[in-house]
Amino acid sequence: MKLILSNVSGIPIYEQIKRQVKAAILSGELKEEEALPSLRTLAKDLKISVLTVTRAYTELEQEGFVRNVQGRGCFVLGSSSELMREQLIRKVEASLAEAIKAARIANLSREELQQLFDLLLEVNTDD
Amino acid sequence: MTDYLEVKNLSKSFGRFRLCDISFTLPKGYIMGLIGPNGSGKTTTIKLILNMLARDSGEIRILGLDNIADEQKAKAALGVVFDTNYFSEDWQVAQVEQAISVFYPGWDSKRFAGLLQTFQIAPARKVKELSKGMQMKLMLACAFSYDAKLLILDEPTSGLDPVSRDELLQILSEYIEDGEHSVLFSTHITADLERAADYITYLSYGELFFSGSKDEFVDLFRIVKGGTEELSADLRAKAVRVRTFPTGFEALVKTEDTGAFSALSIEPATIDEILVFTSRKGEDYA
Repeated sequence: MKLILSNVSGIPIYEQIKRQVKAAILSGELKEEEALPSLRTLAKDLKISVLTVTRAYTELEQEGFVRNVQGRGCFVLGSSSELMREQLIRKVEASLAEAIKAARIANLSREELQQLFDLLLEVNTDD
Repeated sequence: MTDYLEVKNLSKSFGRFRLCDISFTLPKGYIMGLIGPNGSGKTTTIKLILNMLARDSGEIRILGLDNIADEQKAKAALGVVFDTNYFSEDWQVAQVEQAISVFYPGWDSKRFAGLLQTFQIAPARKVKELSKGMQMKLMLACAFSYDAKLLILDEPTSGLDPVSRDELLQILSEYIEDGEHSVLFSTHITADLERAADYITYLSYGELFFSGSKDEFVDLFRIVKGGTEELSADLRAKAVRVRTFPTGFEALVKTEDTGAFSALSIEPATIDEILVFTSRKGEDYA
């Protein structure tokens, strides 16, 4: 997994770590049961505070992406886990809400929107 | 969580200077930056911890040991790096080992030799022939050779070039990696702390301004910027300090107060900016 931290993005470092770990899990790059880099080693390698990495890992655990095993490290939970599924559903909801908002601005009717949705669903069945 | 350093209600006054009721704790396994403008009491605090100055009141514990009652034991666990080297200038590096090692039963000669090699310090060189960065590494090599659990550094990066400063930070993050060592680090080059420090203790003219996690500290404030006409009375009242100039203004505002100014440009503040805007000397800055 690659982690690239920006000092100028204005996004807190822990948030950047979280986002990139999440993206790696959701894309399948990080597999179920795979260990995240050791907290203290990662802090040393990235030259950042141990507390910053701790916060990122703790929040990832709270959000159901990883499991913290005392003394052993942090492990990726499978995308089948209930919490992960919830996360994904929430992501779908947010994107759909975004689409509906755009549709309202564009004055699309409910039927037109549904047609568009069905069409895209068909086009994307291969993925 | 074990605390490696506990300072409780520490006070000391001499001459016109007063260090007033300072309390902070550094847990095992972390780096704490001690910051503040010159004359804020950073070095005084460190000297009080080392019992080089006698405190007026308060309590200091190093790995749970009282720094005066258990001084010997406490100091066996302590490593110190000052901005100027404390070895005799005419000693060879090998003589430094001879002189220092006798004080520490746990001295590991092999480790010292290994560290000299890593830091590329020749044992035959005289202390005065070493550059400032090298002298600092020699002090670190000594502290690591008796496995000091707590390392205290007073302005270690002042007078160092960026390469040596980076090396030092690398050495310190390796030092705490196993979670068994802690570092207290006074500096006014806050860029060194921006990323690597876990905790910040900020002294301002003898008083404790803040002690806690660095992320929390940086998150306390935001920088609000705008044109001169956008500087409302409300903003002036809420700002910690405002700096105005012909084309606009910059203000340090508590994060919780920024809600009302969302139309303006709001940026995260750096440790430096917080220091400049919150220090009393900054008065002429406004």
